Amino acid sequence: MSSTVPSAVKRPGRSQRPRRPRGRRPGGRGWVAPVLLILPTVIVIGVFVYGLIGSNIHTSLQDRHNIGPSQGFAGLDNYRDLFTDDDFIYSLRNLLLYTATFLVGTLSLGFLWAWLLERKARGESLFRAIYLFPMAVSFVASGVVWRWLLNNAEGDRASGLNRLFETLHLDFLQNPWWTNERWGILAIAVPAIWQLSGYVMALFLAGFRGIPEELREAARIDGASEWQLYRHVIFPQLSPVALSAIIIIGHMSLKVFDLIMAIAGQTNYTTQVPATQMWVEFTRGDYARSAAIGTVLLLIVAILIVPYLVSTYRQERRQ
Amino acid sequence: MNATRKALAAGLAALSLLAVSACGSDSESGSTDEVEVFTWWAEGSEKAGLDALVKVFDDQNPDLKFVNGAVAGGAGSDAKNVLQSRLQNGEPPATFQAHAGAELTDYINAGQIEDLTDLYEEKGWNERFPEGLLERLKQDGGIYSVPSNIHRANVLWANPAVLEKAGIDAGKTYDSLDAWIADLKKIKAEGIIPLSIATDWTQVHLLESVLLADLGAEAYNGLWDGTTDWSGSEVEAALAKYSTLLSLTNTDRQGLDWPDATQLVIDGQAAFNVMGDWAEAAFQEQKKTLGTDYTATPVPGTDGVFDFLADSFTKPVDGPNPAGTEAWLETIASDEGQVAFNKAKGSIPASTTADTADFNEYQQTAIKSWGEDEIVSSLAHGAATSVNWLTDITAAVAKFGSNNDVAELQEGLVEAAEDNKPE
Repeated sequence: MSSTVPSAVKRPGRSQRPRRPRGRRPGGRGWVAPVLLILPTVIVIGVFVYGLIGSNIHTSLQDRHNIGPSQGFAGLDNYRDLFTDDDFIYSLRNLLLYTATFLVGTLSLGFLWAWLLERKARGESLFRAIYLFPMAVSFVASGVVWRWLLNNAEGDRASGLNRLFETLHLDFLQNPWWTNERWGILAIAVPAIWQLSGYVMALFLAGFRGIPEELREAARIDGASEWQLYRHVIFPQLSPVALSAIIIIGHMSLKVFDLIMAIAGQTNYTTQVPATQMWVEFTRGDYARSAAIGTVLLLIVAILIVPYLVSTYRQERRQ
Repeated sequence: MNATRKALAAGLAALSLLAVSACGSDSESGSTDEVEVFTWWAEGSEKAGLDALVKVFDDQNPDLKFVNGAVAGGAGSDAKNVLQSRLQNGEPPATFQAHAGAELTDYINAGQIEDLTDLYEEKGWNERFPEGLLERLKQDGGIYSVPSNIHRANVLWANPAVLEKAGIDAGKTYDSLDAWIADLKKIKAEGIIPLSIATDWTQVHLLESVLLADLGAEAYNGLWDGTTDWSGSEVEAALAKYSTLLSLTNTDRQGLDWPDATQLVIDGQAAFNVMGDWAEAAFQEQKKTLGTDYTATPVPGTDGVFDFLADSFTKPVDGPNPAGTEAWLETIASDEGQVAFNKAKGSIPASTTADTADFNEYQQTAIKSWGEDEIVSSLAHGAATSVNWLTDITAAVAKFGSNNDVAELQEGLVEAAEDNKPE
């Protein structure tokens, strides 16, 4: 495939070459229009994204721990303080647990649903709508409901899921949900998985549909079992979809904030993540520390996003 | 050619949009009859209080125009963030709401609000407010705000019917935490929640009451000026009692806010609740009668002490309308303003000259205590410490709520004091 395409592209290219100058206006103004077209976005993004990132990093290096002006340059002190603070380490640990659960949960559920629909389940469009629908709800709105569902009262006053478990005589399933110190953060992942599994399903379903029927038929004619068909034909075709899903879900999960604020509130200890800590520090006027947490978050997201960008860039160039 | 022109037009349109949005921020209206009052009072009894104030203000100043700058949400934290960005950009409102006392420290240090000492002299306010309150409002010898009301934080709300059910005399008062804890355990044995509580700040509120009850007023005050040792054994003993009390509360506390916790007492699901006297409004709204449906007494061990907090208004430096600001502050300090606001909000007037004859029964008891009791500053509501210190304490208390480690709580409190202690 890769050997035939470039030559096919090159050949008409040669005949086009003389035509190129005709597209250019006299005086070399050909670049003016496109530059003007992208200029506003370049300026806006330059100021409001990269400029502000720079300003944030600058703030994070200052000695500025109250609403007054900066007391001078502090270097990396703020970062050193952060990484020697047990609470910050705890919130990083929470973030890691949450991300892992959220990723595994959405990918496996999303894949399972897509696979079931792919197996020509009846009423496909209905299920597709049902699974996708939670995505239309904002995290804050669903958080309000899940706050009630994940209520940790047990016994008489139990409500939400704990009540359900009690009525079903599954009392052992009742638990303190997000107030548990060690695993509480996983309870926050439950609504997040509920909300985004449908989206991952849609991605995988599109992936499945993009695989031509001929490939499967060819594999079957060659005598591949159903498992071998998936293992050697379908899964490899789905891997770009899976990568996109991981990137999208992963970066959303690293930035989790609204869901936690809606369910547990900003000062709750067991559900702390860097984003909520950043908010608390900002609200109390500790701007340097808050900016430092923001920068750490940006770096963590970059670790996930940059390799993806590099790989897509390479792919595009190869094509 | 056509494409170029289209692109140009698009670029120009985008740029002009930017320019328009940039211009939107300088509201150089120039009219000096506007008085923007910035609060987070957007609903409930707080909104009713503000409306009542505005009515008095309009009567007293027909030529000034009140502008409501309220920012709702986040229990005031959203409003504080908006306020802070406005102050730093040099666009302060005419006046803004803040808790009186140490919460103002940051604004003062940043040079964002004016010293009102001269205004107090000039208007004769020093005679209108009680000495003890003025003392607590002072920071570095100056007074920076005018109080609109007084709330009491150390109130114990109880449901007599529930107490009877557990075999406890409903009229009983406790002179120490230990006696109270003994009864709470009896109530727990009956399968009733002994003490209802809600999310983190209400836990700080309970901790504050326990510290006050166990250490006494003088040592409690010492916590904030450095004369009481946070790492000492007295504090340790108080924290142990706090831990016991917390174990006698509802387990779903993190998911509740204060009205939910008060509701548990109203509904008879819990026996006691410790909350400030704004809870009175909740009982009143549901047509409950003081003495029969509920009782309100000082938290055990704090009889004779009034744990106070107050809302107050400030004068920002370089405000848009200094005369208008002073007019608003005068309305706040006036008897009409104090009475109108507090009748609606359920708190009591800060001034001693206001006529309180037709205030309700609970408010009368509060007014009496305010006149007689020893006054201390509330921690959970910004009177005792700076915002920073309170944030650190809240973090330690929230952590304790999930791991129940008394030693770690004390360590956290000691650290918070070291980081924030005024020198």
